[in-house]
Amino acid sequence: MGALLHELFLQPFAEFGFMRRALVGVTAIALGSVPVGVFLMLRRMSLTGDAMAHAILPGAAVGFLVAGLSLPAMTIGGLVAGMMVAVAAGFVARSTLLLEDASLAAFYLISLALGVLIVSLRGSNVDLMHVLFGTVLALDNAALLLLASISTITLLALAFLYRAMVMECVDPAFLGSVSRSSAVAHYGFLLLAVLNLVGGFHALGTLMAVGMMILPAAAARFWATRLHTIIAVAIGIALASGYGGLLLSYHFDLPSGPAIILTTGLAYLASMVVGRVSSLRAHLFPPRHLAA
Amino acid sequence: MNAQRPSAARVSSVAPTAAPPTQGAEVALCNLTLGHDRHPAVHHVEARLEPGSLTALVGPNGSGKSTLLRGIMGELRPMTGQVVLQGAARGRIAYLPQLSRIDRSFPLTVSELVASGLWHLTGIFGGLRADGRARLSEALAAVGMAGSEARSIAALSGGQMQRILFARVLLQDAPLILLDEPFAAIDERTTDDLLDLIDAWHAEGRTVVAVLHDLDMVRARFPNAMLLAREIVAHGPSGAVLSEANLARARARLAAAAQATPDVCEIGEAAPAPALRAVGGEGL
Repeated sequence: MGALLHELFLQPFAEFGFMRRALVGVTAIALGSVPVGVFLMLRRMSLTGDAMAHAILPGAAVGFLVAGLSLPAMTIGGLVAGMMVAVAAGFVARSTLLLEDASLAAFYLISLALGVLIVSLRGSNVDLMHVLFGTVLALDNAALLLLASISTITLLALAFLYRAMVMECVDPAFLGSVSRSSAVAHYGFLLLAVLNLVGGFHALGTLMAVGMMILPAAAARFWATRLHTIIAVAIGIALASGYGGLLLSYHFDLPSGPAIILTTGLAYLASMVVGRVSSLRAHLFPPRHLAA
Repeated sequence: MNAQRPSAARVSSVAPTAAPPTQGAEVALCNLTLGHDRHPAVHHVEARLEPGSLTALVGPNGSGKSTLLRGIMGELRPMTGQVVLQGAARGRIAYLPQLSRIDRSFPLTVSELVASGLWHLTGIFGGLRADGRARLSEALAAVGMAGSEARSIAALSGGQMQRILFARVLLQDAPLILLDEPFAAIDERTTDDLLDLIDAWHAEGRTVVAVLHDLDMVRARFPNAMLLAREIVAHGPSGAVLSEANLARARARLAAAAQATPDVCEIGEAAPAPALRAVGGEGL
């Protein structure tokens, strides 16, 4: 029995360095992306996150066109493109109020098509798959260092800006009246979102990176009601899903990026059904006693 | 009207920081034009609000009341002219936004939201010390929400939400208080309690400006009024400002302003219709 458990849950990581690296990478992504995702969700910006994630693609693709599968070139390209769309999305939201979701959808469709086109100009289908779905099983030292740096920067920045970011969500007009930190909180947050999407892009690909942000956050809302508990639960779900997804991909020979995101998605669906807070279960079988 | 006096008494007794009368701020609006995206919403406003004055800002929908308040607060940059504040540094203005501008579904507790009223002491990073917590509890008691610290703001009714937002204003202890439609969709009992708080602030010498719609309330409880229709129609003692003649002028000016905008002119002789439509459509 013990041997079986060992073989199922530990041996893949004990035996293969690439599995250990993948686990480290996924952990770093979970620690950085998830808190950002919680704020994205609470600000009803999930779709904006999606648009930014897609917008990174043509930027990274230009980096690829110039330098091939080079980490720095694709990172810088992705950052520049992501920030441009983040700022443009904010501008669109202010000036054309009614069309915001349509504009974002348009942004990301155009970005996706452009990105695929640029990668195909120079690279093979394999390169395209790398860019779209990531290479979580082939993370080298430089990539791991990048992911870890991004999550470190994210956690430090969040610790410093937390109060301003909360007020920017709840009552932005009040924040503007007591502090000048409003703009810093807003653009700092967008920058963090782009940074984490670019980091996630290397491991999970442009299409999947945003999943690690939004899905754990959405799942955690069914379990917790305070902001810090939502963030804690979401990080737990993301870590468990990262680990579980890697195991699934190992044992059943599945592509790892999709396996991780699907595991997170399953956690979301399960939370929606049986979660503690306004889940299906709570709606169908309301608790008879007063929940504290 | 005076049935709720006890809460006012409680307020003055729990505001030890204001024991010597607060020096209210003076607000001077000099040729002030404000608007959004190059469309002016209020034009060339000239006015002075005395230190310690209590002023109701009234006018039809779309007359620029909230815009003017946001201009005084500093959220909107003037297109022309300026706002000159004396006795209230930026960051020391207590601003209560319309309830609709606050995201009440955000997972936050009452004490977390109300404690933001101590921002001038804690800043972005500082903690709440014991005396801060005590002041928070006192402020909640003063608005009739004692012991609600740990409740989620999502579980509050509109009236309870407005009460805790008034508690936040109490904590801000500011020389200038700006309230944007504090009584929209609030029941009578809550309105009376909160009006008593406003009276207490007035008695302490703070300068208070409130956007209001209930003209009877303004006549009864607010010494001064400013009637707005994209410009100042009248400003002074409430009784004189809210005369039928002035109110009719305000409506007419707003209708004329709306008709002057090009996209509502195509209806021709049906004069009242475009005016009504445009006024309703402004929706501040």
